[in-house]
Amino acid sequence: MAVRSRIKTLKIDGRDVSAHEDETILQIAEENGIFIPTLCRIEGLSLIGACRLCLIEVKGWNRLVPACHTHAEEGMEVFTDTERLRNYRRMIIELLFSEGNHVCAVCVSNGNCELQYLAQRLGMDHVRFPNMQPVRKVDMTHERFVLDRNRCVLCARCIRVCDEIEGAHTWDMRGRGIDARVITDLDIPWGDSETCTSCGKCVNVCPVGAIVEKGRAVGEMTKRKDFLVYLSKMREAKK
Amino acid sequence: MPTHDELPEIRAAEREKQGSYRHSIRVCMAAGCLSQHEGTIRKALVDAVAAEGLEGEVQVKGVGCMGLCAQGPLVMVDDSILYEKVTAEDAVDIVKALDKKPVKRIQSSLNIPFFQRQVKIVLENSGIVDPESIEDYISRDGYAALSKALGEMMPGDVVDEIMNSGLRGRGGGGYLTGLKWSTVSKAISDIKYVICNADEGDPGAFMDRSVLESDPHRILEGMTIAGYAVGAQKGYIYVRAEYPLAIDRLKTAIKQAKRLNLLGDNILGTEFDFDIELRLGAGAFVCGEETALMASIEGRRGSPRPRPPYPADHGLWGQPTLINNVETFANVAPIIRNGGQWFASIGTENSKGTKVFALAGQVKNTGLIEVPMGVTLREIVQEIGGGTTNDAGLKAIQTGGPSGGCIPVEFIDTPVDYDSLRMLGSMMGSGGLIVIDDTASMVELALYFMEFCMTESCGKCIPCRVGTAQMHNLLNRIVRGEARAEDLELLEQLCDLTRNTSLCGLGQSAPTPVLSTLKYFRHEYLEKIAAPPAEEAAS
Amino acid sequence: MKKVTVATVWLDGCSGCHMSLIDMDERLLELAEHIDIVYSPLVDMKDFPEHVDVAIVEGAVSSSEDFEKIHKIRAHTGILVALGDCAVAANVPAMRNPFKVQDIEARAYLENVDLQPQVPDQVVPKLRPYVRPIHEIVKVDVFVQGCPPSADTIYYVITELVAGRQPDLINRTRPGA
Repeated sequence: MAVRSRIKTLKIDGRDVSAHEDETILQIAEENGIFIPTLCRIEGLSLIGACRLCLIEVKGWNRLVPACHTHAEEGMEVFTDTERLRNYRRMIIELLFSEGNHVCAVCVSNGNCELQYLAQRLGMDHVRFPNMQPVRKVDMTHERFVLDRNRCVLCARCIRVCDEIEGAHTWDMRGRGIDARVITDLDIPWGDSETCTSCGKCVNVCPVGAIVEKGRAVGEMTKRKDFLVYLSKMREAKK
Repeated sequence: MPTHDELPEIRAAEREKQGSYRHSIRVCMAAGCLSQHEGTIRKALVDAVAAEGLEGEVQVKGVGCMGLCAQGPLVMVDDSILYEKVTAEDAVDIVKALDKKPVKRIQSSLNIPFFQRQVKIVLENSGIVDPESIEDYISRDGYAALSKALGEMMPGDVVDEIMNSGLRGRGGGGYLTGLKWSTVSKAISDIKYVICNADEGDPGAFMDRSVLESDPHRILEGMTIAGYAVGAQKGYIYVRAEYPLAIDRLKTAIKQAKRLNLLGDNILGTEFDFDIELRLGAGAFVCGEETALMASIEGRRGSPRPRPPYPADHGLWGQPTLINNVETFANVAPIIRNGGQWFASIGTENSKGTKVFALAGQVKNTGLIEVPMGVTLREIVQEIGGGTTNDAGLKAIQTGGPSGGCIPVEFIDTPVDYDSLRMLGSMMGSGGLIVIDDTASMVELALYFMEFCMTESCGKCIPCRVGTAQMHNLLNRIVRGEARAEDLELLEQLCDLTRNTSLCGLGQSAPTPVLSTLKYFRHEYLEKIAAPPAEEAAS
Repeated sequence: MKKVTVATVWLDGCSGCHMSLIDMDERLLELAEHIDIVYSPLVDMKDFPEHVDVAIVEGAVSSSEDFEKIHKIRAHTGILVALGDCAVAANVPAMRNPFKVQDIEARAYLENVDLQPQVPDQVVPKLRPYVRPIHEIVKVDVFVQGCPPSADTIYYVITELVAGRQPDLINRTRPGA
């Protein structure tokens, strides 16, 4: 077995912790039971640093850094739950709510939604920004699945799981800014996609009710995310 | 295939050829002037010269930007007579007036601060050489720096020279160029890349465009020297597709350089190989951000990724990569030719050399200028720029494009350098300089820039994607007079969020126009909020 | 001790929040010792009182009537509570926002009506172009999310307000349920 990287000692929220230098602050925090919110990150897929929820403060650094992309350094002092971070995170969640149609009451993922969970966990009691009332295309053409872009948070998990795990690369992103949206193949109806294998991985990694299974009622539409960790571990072992 | 010794021969031959003419008539063929005459002036001049039977004595050549774009199309005769707003019909008169008195009705003065106050390094050849002739470039000491670097200097010496010059990145960041070169040169890898960022996109900015259109070989030479210094064999110029003329001239220049063995294998007979390819940007402003730019070159969606790792360690296709902007590369050849010390003697303590600005907005002499670092905004606007149009009162100066800020008129005596501008809440940026007179609304200006950032956000990270849209929404409400006091507070909170949490520079700097106008023109915001109409309005 | 005066108001919502309020069951009796419900769809009082200590408002602001009402309530209320997702976030009523009012009226009163199709121009209040949560119209003091908020949550909110404390709803509520 290869020699592992060196051990570093650091402080997270005042606690002394030790970690391998190739571990990220997010991993170290999780190992130590310290909660850092994330949305775009899902274990088993590449990291893109897009949601900005895992931003942390490091003593002596003048910028906030994403915990998912920051590695342990000797003697660093990390703060994961300051007033400033709490405010930023809540505001990011508010922005997400304002951007789409996140009416939990009529969503099939009500009760099984990462956005809804984060809203509660991060203490959002109302959204200060007016809703942007999007009218985005809902794609019902797939035999088994539905895509409601109005509920999409653009975490790109579907794109990554389809590319990195399934190897189909059916999903991609089109447009930019507030008009960015996920598409199947070259923006053709999902049901007409020749690359989609109907494996359902995108359904299971979607954190919200944007990609769901047809015919499921609220409460039934639970998503299984553990398969990813299992798959990636088995692949590692095979190597 | 020329070697070090043959380059001077080409130079001498070209100089002799040019010296054989009694007169030289130069026609601006850069985008600004060209868009008005489409080459007809040059053709008319050539015809007029032929009609007078002066082909052997009078040279007519197309050149790049002469700077005073507001008065274009421009024609220069023998460095001493400048004609403005020229049409093809004037050609005969211009030729007939050679050796006589200039044509009064179109004559412009060279004896004005616009020309006298400038110091040209980057633009030294602009408006003088034919951008489509490599020989012309060589005749003006072109490729002498490359020859010197390859012939007399070790790669480390080249890096040292750039370091000593104190040159800082001209794309906006102001990072020390020498330090960047040094990091890439030290990176251990068999494959390295040099990228020229020519994805200029700030509204009102056309510095890079002019350099590429007027003197493309200067960029090729700068990049090749950089390649030698850092140990790269391959360069890319990422230029936006909206610059077709620049692209054409670069293509021509690359072909010419390859013909003369100034690009390709065994450059100038040495062991050094370097090649340059063009990559066209498809119109996304965010592709000017280096990680997005690299993703785009790799053929992927142009969206940024977190740094570190920095391109110097992990850049294009994972290899160490040097990325500099057009104007930065344009400074390289003169620095190598004249030495870092010479360059460091121009400018201020921490900002060396000159800076090219695209002067735009409510100013008389709109156009392209190059001034030494440290001149004041007053000199730029009032003297070189000739003051505001219609003699309206000067209100503010916007620098740094959509990432920059507005500097109010009370700071007009501020020297233009990286640190002074930053201290005022603005930035040097890439060189757009917009003059704002007292008829403009600063809130509307902030709204304009926010709209730009909103439409140009790639959509990857939430604070930039939704934050810019919500800030735009709030600014719109303020402009329409529908905002409440809480809206201003919310706007400031969003500025803070977007600035501190966005993934890349686009989002991080998107609030700057709002913050700087709030800082200096808060009353304009408050006036709009003071009398909110009876709630109703839009909702 | 003087009882706290409470109003409950029903704007554009399904009345589910009021159902949840009633769902407090016998705790209503306990609360009755501390509060007086002075105005509510559940009590027979036509006009909003000159002053109430606490107004609990269900529903979003959707019509001209809602709009006038909420201004009036704000003017005559100490603490304004937005109860439920419609009041807090406009929720389901706001799902009509992407459509034009004309189109909605045509759909409801013309296209799907067999007998005397006509858009009412009397009695029924005019719809506003967009449905808005209460805080976008007037200041809200307490936000209670949920569709509907549970009886326990409502009980907690009222008892805290009666005790003169600001209810801490962080982690107690979430949108949807």
